[in-house]
Amino acid sequence: MPQKIHIRLAAHRVNASVAVNRRVPKIFTPGQVITEQNEFMRGHGTYEEEGFLKSSVAGVKEQVNNLISIRPLKSRYNGEVGDVVVGRITEVQQKRWKVDTNSRLDSVLLLSSVNLPGGELRRRSAEDEHMMRQYLQEGDLISAEVQSVFSDGSLSLHTRSLKYGKLSQGVLIKVFPSLIKRSKTHFHNLYVGASIILGNNGFIWIYPTVTNSEDGVGGFVQNLEEVVSRPERETIARLRNCILALTQSKMMLFDTSILYAFEESQKYSVPELLVPEAMVDVAILTQDRLSMAENS
Amino acid sequence: MSKNRELLSKIGLRLDGRRADELRRIRCKLGVFTEPDGSAYLEQGLTKILAAVYGPHQVRGNRSKAQHDAAVVNCQFSMAVFSTGERKRRPRGDRKSTEISIHLRQALTAAIKTELYPWSQIDVYVEVLHADGGIYPACVNAATLALIDAGIPLKEYVCACTASLANNDVPMLDISHQEEIIGGPTLTVAALPMSGKIVLMEMSQRFHVDHLQKVLEKALQGCRDIKHILDEAVKSHIQDVGSSTGWANTT
Repeated sequence: MPQKIHIRLAAHRVNASVAVNRRVPKIFTPGQVITEQNEFMRGHGTYEEEGFLKSSVAGVKEQVNNLISIRPLKSRYNGEVGDVVVGRITEVQQKRWKVDTNSRLDSVLLLSSVNLPGGELRRRSAEDEHMMRQYLQEGDLISAEVQSVFSDGSLSLHTRSLKYGKLSQGVLIKVFPSLIKRSKTHFHNLYVGASIILGNNGFIWIYPTVTNSEDGVGGFVQNLEEVVSRPERETIARLRNCILALTQSKMMLFDTSILYAFEESQKYSVPELLVPEAMVDVAILTQDRLSMAENS
Repeated sequence: MSKNRELLSKIGLRLDGRRADELRRIRCKLGVFTEPDGSAYLEQGLTKILAAVYGPHQVRGNRSKAQHDAAVVNCQFSMAVFSTGERKRRPRGDRKSTEISIHLRQALTAAIKTELYPWSQIDVYVEVLHADGGIYPACVNAATLALIDAGIPLKEYVCACTASLANNDVPMLDISHQEEIIGGPTLTVAALPMSGKIVLMEMSQRFHVDHLQKVLEKALQGCRDIKHILDEAVKSHIQDVGSSTGWANTT
């Protein structure tokens, strides 16, 4: 089937901004003096020069008592203990895997912090070390939780729960980490017939909902034979395009905003959702519904 | 040729109608791509530049390059085949682009707080879409914007500007390609405009040392002016993005 191809001029670009007029906090840019008093402590995004506290990134001020930091609106992922992340294995080493989590250094997944098949109380043997590549190899996607942060800023992950582990069939979307809203749970079973993992690191995984809850997505089983039905795949594709639309308009991503976008997108077919005008339309409608829900 | 085409006319106008101390129009945009961590597009007159920043990320490839106390800054400059008057294939790594890459790295390392990111690497890719004089300064300015968009800590903006001397007397700001061809020495300065530190200075030909001070002063003034323009653009971009996200996670 021949596809209709749209090529547009730069001048016809759609303005994707859905900015609502609100109180705008003061914006600091690199080199700008934050305060001239030296009783404050310097936090992230600031530095001290000639007695002045200056900003080193472009963003907004955050103050906790005496600690002043400037938070940029966009940056690499800064991990915190307990965050849910989605990552890709980049390397298999002695007793550990290296995982790319969009952080500034690769994260570590220790062999001792995964649940190997055969129950939690299984003893680890030297054989497991040789089997590591059978469990996870380069290029595999995993979901995990941040266990601790090392002194150099790299993360240590763990998958010691059935909800974490190797990901099998689904779609990965990469967005800026700052667009993911922190919430109590980052695993969502959406009623529309797909599930979603909103990794705090900006990696989003959409996958068909698993019906028998006992294996979940966890573990190391990757069932590639299982056929995902067409309606399910269409739902996943639509979810993906909705998330892209929200991302293009720089809107926060969480279960409600994604569901609203999904509902508002019903008037378009899935491929139509990639047209910039449709994306902005969906984003604006979602924004309206969110602000309505907020005000009521 | 330089006889009938003066750099500065009697009434003080240049070939493109600017006065001696006027910059070309600067238009810029942050966050033009979604794949890199930061990106920017900058137009300075007809010179058009795209810049993309990846990182800080784990050092890939040659592991031994990684430093324990600072991030590695890696710059790559390239020109599109259609960027100049004649269409020409420019292989990567020719002498001119290598030189500009090195100069770019020098200017950016002076501004980036590399000590915050040990064992990491920051990649800066700059592509010239349309070359119309002052390529290097425009690249520095675009790269600064891209770094800010990526949220990489900088001491301050790093801006660059060119200046020249017309009629052996009047210092002239922001030289276009046409003026470069007609002649006259061109001084390129990259500076940290707020503290007034010069991080890179280059001269295309020699001129009398008596003139250096005023031409340099003019170029630094240009850097400060450019900083104001970039600052405005960054603020409006942040405001735009922040309003869309609803200033989430902020107090």
